Amino acid sequence: MLIFHLGPLATSLFSLLAILALVLSFVMLASHWLKNHVYAFAAESWTIAAISASIGYYGHYPELYVIAALTALFRGTFLPYLVIRLVNRLDIQREFTPLLKPSSSMILGAALVIFSYEVSRQLGIALHLTDNIAVLALTCMFSLKLIGFLMMILRSEAISHILGLLVIENGIFLGSQILVPGMPALLELVIIFDLLTIVMAFGMLVRFLQTHAGTTSSRGLQKLVG
Amino acid sequence: MVNFAALIAALWIIPGVAIIVMLALRRPRLAEYLNLLTSITVFGLTLAILVAAPDKPLVTGARYILLTPLGAWVLFCVGLVYLLASIYAIGYMRLLPEEKPRLHKYYALQAGFALTMLIAPLMNNPGIFWIAIDFTTIVSAFLVGFEKEAECIEAAWKYLIVVSAGLALALLGIILFYWGGTFVLGPTYALTWANLREVAPKVPETLLFLAFLLTLVGFGTKVGLAPMHTWLPDAHSEGPAPVSAMLSGALLNIALLGIYRFLAIVDSGGYSVMGHTALLVLGVLSLFVAGLFIVRQDGAKRMLAYSSLEHMGVLAIGFGFGGAIAFAGAMYHMLNHSLNKSLMFFGAGNMMRAYGTKSMSKMRHVLRYYPVSGTVWLLGAVAITGAPPFGLFLSELTILRGGILSPNPWAVWVMAILLILIFTAFMNHFRRMIWGPEPEPDTAPTLKLSLWNTLPMWLALIPVLVLGLWWPTGLWGFFQQAFLVQP
Repeated sequence: MLIFHLGPLATSLFSLLAILALVLSFVMLASHWLKNHVYAFAAESWTIAAISASIGYYGHYPELYVIAALTALFRGTFLPYLVIRLVNRLDIQREFTPLLKPSSSMILGAALVIFSYEVSRQLGIALHLTDNIAVLALTCMFSLKLIGFLMMILRSEAISHILGLLVIENGIFLGSQILVPGMPALLELVIIFDLLTIVMAFGMLVRFLQTHAGTTSSRGLQKLVG
Repeated sequence: MVNFAALIAALWIIPGVAIIVMLALRRPRLAEYLNLLTSITVFGLTLAILVAAPDKPLVTGARYILLTPLGAWVLFCVGLVYLLASIYAIGYMRLLPEEKPRLHKYYALQAGFALTMLIAPLMNNPGIFWIAIDFTTIVSAFLVGFEKEAECIEAAWKYLIVVSAGLALALLGIILFYWGGTFVLGPTYALTWANLREVAPKVPETLLFLAFLLTLVGFGTKVGLAPMHTWLPDAHSEGPAPVSAMLSGALLNIALLGIYRFLAIVDSGGYSVMGHTALLVLGVLSLFVAGLFIVRQDGAKRMLAYSSLEHMGVLAIGFGFGGAIAFAGAMYHMLNHSLNKSLMFFGAGNMMRAYGTKSMSKMRHVLRYYPVSGTVWLLGAVAITGAPPFGLFLSELTILRGGILSPNPWAVWVMAILLILIFTAFMNHFRRMIWGPEPEPDTAPTLKLSLWNTLPMWLALIPVLVLGLWWPTGLWGFFQQAFLVQP
């Protein structure tokens, strides 16, 4: 398995890239400008593409180069383009109704990272992998997941929800690249296209929301209760 | 020997072709009959697959297709509900004249929704199963928002966001399952249900259980188990009535099939009690939440949506008890619920159109204005709450019987009490709709229901009654076989 025989250089490279992806999610957490979110998301996707490519190189999985190229193309370029287009059409430049200030959300995010680390450490002990890169990969995967959920909870703008979901998916992709690089490539390809479909569906629904419900903020969506 | 690959291919190709034809010709009247024809064919095919279903799980189609007895059963429920909903849709959508120019899109979406549901239960690869479930969400979200009113779009949006976030957890769970397997089978192996079950005994308990909990919460969101149920009452109450029936009677079963297959992985890992208890607790919680909300509900379809939550809770409890008896009860309950909930949604759709309101407090003296279809609806309500002599009584009783022998007998009592509560609440709502205070003189409904509106209600009621009086022996044997083999 790849995670058992990695050289020190490869390990530090993967760690660097994984941490970079994690830091970028904090950039998203700290900013209320929607465009900044999208740029941070694009950068995160390119980082993950770099992880895929380097795993392909060090682990001798040539199909991962294709995955890396598609990740950069779709997750890193096309999806951000779609979301930016949506931001421009809706003419919503920033999140006006966050529940918490950026500083408080970042502290919450940090707490979630610590929690993720603890869970990963326990898993690492159970699997006899305490000093392995797997623990870092698991930490990043769980952290991105929880930070994505945090973004969806704290923000009420529909586009922020889409971006939160994309961060969650990025987390899963990042983790799966390091932990299970041998997973059938077909599955990863289909998941990329699935993500594309779902973002398009979101885009259509957000525009329906604006025309028919008159709001794109979940605080305005109060009709269905009980 | 039946050629299952050909049957399954036909099952997918026929709706696919129908969708293309509907979208290409753009004729509303043609689309409704074409959809009906498709649904009849699909029902016939699912019935043929069920009747010929092999005793052992069958892997075919370049190892991508898995046909198991439980899978064939779920598939049959899809075919059945699709057929009933397609008959009803003709009557219901004709009551919405403003949608007429877009009707071909509606029927194409409905056939597409059915197609995604016909694909999912047959997937041998949990990852592709996940993707198929994801596609059911995307297609059905557009059906929920089809009427384009503010509430419908709000419901569709909530549905898509909540379920996508939930399913993301399930994907994480699947990846952790796969990762667990790489310690045994090496870095690359085929991701199939059978492989995951095979490696489960060698995966450490922490990892296996974490992965299972993630998939349970993820697919549990799709099933609508509490506390992840928040999207369910909105989506089921705001979509057109035939869509509500398909969501409730067909889609929820498929997600539950996914949970049960992951549960089987945990079982073969030797942590059966823990996994079953986790599912059971979610089931009891769903029943509890549903009971509370049904008591104080006013929206007719919202009440039925909470009733779906209740029945998914019953199914989760049935599968969670484990053991052959509770399992057979749960499988029987799946079919009964599919039939009965379709009937209830059709009746609610009729009454909503007739009285021009969603609110039950404004539907008065239903039996005076609609003596026949109102009675069928009332009988359906008696049946859905688990009263004899209908099928749901038998299946719920079987689940309770199976539960006494399980490791969690406490749940039997909780379930029985909550079912009685729900029965009382349901009957109270229907009492007010049938008697209640006199309505304003000029609010009497004048709508005349066509055969398209009432026929599917009869088609659902009669089997529910028959299944309550007579549990075919062949079915019992089939359930036992389904219990013994890979789900």
